[in-house]
Amino acid sequence: MAVSGIVMLLYLIAHMIGNLKIFAGRESFNGYSEWIRTIGEPAVPAQTTLTIIRIVLLVAVVAHFWAAVSLWRQAKQARPQRYVTKKPVAQSYASRTMRWGGVIVGLFIVYHILDLTVGAVNPAGTDASPYDRAVAGFSNPFVTAVYVIALILLGMHLRHGIWSATQTLGQSNKRREKTVNLFALVFSVVLIGGFLIVPFSVLFGLVD
Amino acid sequence: MTATREGATFASGTAADPAMAKHDMTLTLRVWRQKGPADKGRMVSYTVTDISPDMSFLEMLDVLNEQLIQAGDDPVAFDHDCREGICGMCGVMINGQAHGPEQTTTCQLHMRKFSDGDTIDVEPWRASAFPVIKDLAVDRRALDRIIQAGGYISAPTGTAPEAHSVLVPKKDADAAFDAATCIGCGACVAACPNASSMLFTAAKVSHLGLMPQGQPERNDRVVNMVAQQDREGFGGCTNIGECSAACPKGISMENISRLNHDLLGALRAGARPKS
Repeated sequence: MAVSGIVMLLYLIAHMIGNLKIFAGRESFNGYSEWIRTIGEPAVPAQTTLTIIRIVLLVAVVAHFWAAVSLWRQAKQARPQRYVTKKPVAQSYASRTMRWGGVIVGLFIVYHILDLTVGAVNPAGTDASPYDRAVAGFSNPFVTAVYVIALILLGMHLRHGIWSATQTLGQSNKRREKTVNLFALVFSVVLIGGFLIVPFSVLFGLVD
Repeated sequence: MTATREGATFASGTAADPAMAKHDMTLTLRVWRQKGPADKGRMVSYTVTDISPDMSFLEMLDVLNEQLIQAGDDPVAFDHDCREGICGMCGVMINGQAHGPEQTTTCQLHMRKFSDGDTIDVEPWRASAFPVIKDLAVDRRALDRIIQAGGYISAPTGTAPEAHSVLVPKKDADAAFDAATCIGCGACVAACPNASSMLFTAAKVSHLGLMPQGQPERNDRVVNMVAQQDREGFGGCTNIGECSAACPKGISMENISRLNHDLLGALRAGARPKS
């Protein structure tokens, strides 16, 4: 859970920073997209680096999902009879929504890939450039709303996930606990803010 | 009800028997009744009267049982022993919280935490690893078996060695002692959304792993205790923190991190659980 999560987290950092290229204009954004597909050329064939990244991410997603399902099933078996009354004391909204939040984020990623990577469900279609696809998609308030909801869920997922991974890898202690939780919160807010700024800029006409 | 109560409080200064004036709580209890392991079980409502705010929760259950016995009913079975908050025997879910609204044991929870007229739900710890024996009493031997899997040190017995012959840094001694305050009541399992016993196991692993005497078996201890808690059918830890918030001894989440640290180290060093 922790290791696969960290792999995806590292990718998200790069993804968020890459997205900000949209503010440098159409040429820069499309050029960046093209560059990802040609890293290492001509020493290696086109798309080699991208394919490696995709395989690593796919393995991480599968491992993360498998671990989550195991934990979920284990928890169900560990308490077959539920309490008539149960009052949560310490759990945060983030920790309570890890499972369903994770499923929703997973489904969102499928939609997101079909929308902006493949272009199959994008209004501008598969032939448009990445920049045009982003602008065409986010100009629709409903599309933007889907992205906003999914990204906020992802932010909460990361908020609990970063703390939980620190515990799982045995790197937390009483002294660090507050710092780890504060870092998790600030990191999640900054990362998700970085992602959200793009659809909002398109929606409000700052990027077109 | 409120009028009676205010009147009683006002009159207590001059009343002939001030203690009587404090016997003023009437409560509705919804208690889990289950005849035995095979019975399905259900919540049953009872009304208890004359409950003093100074009674402990267990004493209040004693009053209920006296009522039930006098009426010819079966008394409610619940676990208890020292009633001083140190043995770990008592423990029920009270209004959905392990040991009730105060972070202490059920025996040290006092009725002053409740108000006249309250309805209180009382349920047993719920986990497949803690099967119900009867009513509120559950079988917690799974925790004993986790201890048997590694929660000990092997040392030749004999005269106790001179205390200063093995030096322990103060920081480690304090952390080990904090972990050692675990009384094994099972509230962590009961409160955990995953029914995980991780805080219990982590407290035991920390307690011995921080001491010089615990070092020779440190790696084997952690892998065997974790393997045993999985075998017992407890859930996995997702670091939510309900356990620590419910723990009457306030065992901290850092012990779970320490267990994971030890576990990763032990697995890297080649330690494997005994099958």
